[in-house]
Amino acid sequence: MISEKKLNSKQRKGEVKPLNSNEAVAEAVKDADVDVVAAYPITPQTIVVETLAELIGNGELNAEMIHVESEHSALSAVIGASAVGARVFTATASQGLALMHEVLHITSGLRLPVVMSVAMRALSAPISIFNDQSDIMNQRNTGWITIIASSAQEAYDSILQAYKIAENPKVLLPVMVSYDGYVLSHTIERVETVGKSVVEEYIPKKVTWNTLDVKDPITMGTITSPEYYYEFKYAQERALEESLSVIKSADEEFERLYGRSYGIIEGYKIEDAEVALLATSSYYTNLKVATDLARKEGLKVGTIKLRVFRPFPREELYSMIKDLQVLGVIDRAIAFGQKPSGPIANDIASALQYKKDKPIIQSIIAGIGQRRMLIEDFVKLYRMLVKNMNEKKFYEESIFYGVKGIEF
Amino acid sequence: MKLEKWSDFPLGGNIKDPGNSIENDMSGWRSERPIIDLEKCVRCRICWTYCPEGAILELDKEYKTSSGRVYKVTYAVDYQHCKGCGICANECPVKAIQMVPEEVSIK
Ligand code: SF4
Ligand code: SF4
Repeated sequence: MISEKKLNSKQRKGEVKPLNSNEAVAEAVKDADVDVVAAYPITPQTIVVETLAELIGNGELNAEMIHVESEHSALSAVIGASAVGARVFTATASQGLALMHEVLHITSGLRLPVVMSVAMRALSAPISIFNDQSDIMNQRNTGWITIIASSAQEAYDSILQAYKIAENPKVLLPVMVSYDGYVLSHTIERVETVGKSVVEEYIPKKVTWNTLDVKDPITMGTITSPEYYYEFKYAQERALEESLSVIKSADEEFERLYGRSYGIIEGYKIEDAEVALLATSSYYTNLKVATDLARKEGLKVGTIKLRVFRPFPREELYSMIKDLQVLGVIDRAIAFGQKPSGPIANDIASALQYKKDKPIIQSIIAGIGQRRMLIEDFVKLYRMLVKNMNEKKFYEESIFYGVKGIEF
Repeated sequence: MKLEKWSDFPLGGNIKDPGNSIENDMSGWRSERPIIDLEKCVRCRICWTYCPEGAILELDKEYKTSSGRVYKVTYAVDYQHCKGCGICANECPVKAIQMVPEEVSIK
């Protein structure tokens, strides 16, 4: 939640800039004083790399920009740089993230604190350059910490937090900060930046991981036999699970210094709600407006924003939703061949399986390929969920909201 | 070097003491292991040349066959590094090497 508290005298008052989320990310990368950037331009992420090239070109950021021929090489290049102790950054979206797939596993397996931004976009075929979340949902088992930001301000702040989290010796895992393509990546917002002093006070540069060093040589990227591989993967799973507390404290310290924090999940009018809709990224703001409108109709509804997607915040989510009757989960990706078909809905259903008091989970798919969702669509969803609750009518399958030829 | 618990393992599979491959145990790869019949072996050294793992050992150890022939060297297998590929058995001109299933204990 963006805290409204007044900054105390110790807290830094930032500089306000008009930035879209892509530019906000580039600004954060500059303020984090990153040493190496390698990226391949892909819509709708391109502005990140263009802005960084400009910042490096005009001397505002003293970093090495590596021009690569693909996203596979981009991530490989930053892995190499991270392995010698550099603070690194790359950015991608959609097919580019898919092309990185095998290297995503290598990054987390090598335990390197790489930070990447993803301007979320649909996957081919057919080609769509527009927004949904199929790209990051397809990467959910790669061992990356995944944060989903819902504004340009949150994208900026989350990149700074990402370095704090990734470089923590208890974590040493890569972090992905994602935000909706176009809706956020190309929309200009008011962003308060904190400037380069962030490196001294919040993310001081210190190499906390094992590096390649001629004076103290080590071997990286080794091969393991069946007797040893499993233990490394278990260690990775443990580190990812335990990173949740580091993510929380990174957010709390950020608030102490700069007056803003976001938490792991966020609720709006959820305390006395019977029905809620859970969404990610840019949908949350419109859902809050829809909540107010539905409340005017007398519907006891609320909304939830999921910010940290990996590690999945099971307990935090459960304590927020346990008193609800119905939780509608809006997914903007399809887990093909699974029922329900929403990946987040699946995660929530499995997180709740051993809990006694729990709401009915209604999976909803919407916004595929940036199919328009208006505030009135969210109000319609609230009405439908309340009606279903009263009639005790629920669908095991996902509701594919907005598909031509299907009525709700 | 024996790693017992997951928490003993180095982060990210990094090896901090380079040059330690001599200590690596490759035996987990094998489904069959080579056994040299020292009676049949004519000490031609072809298995030693062909083994991709350097797992054939040429020992300075005399061996006297049952028919009384004395060889100055003895060939043996380093089972910690042998991956069981079977190349040595295939190359041996006198078929002195036999591949036996890993479960069969050797005397
Ligand atoms: S089986 Fe393969 S690895 Fe083992 S000793 Fe023969 S040639 Fe070498
Ligand atoms: S190839 Fe056969 S005969 Fe030649 S040294 Fe090896 S085991 Fe003996």
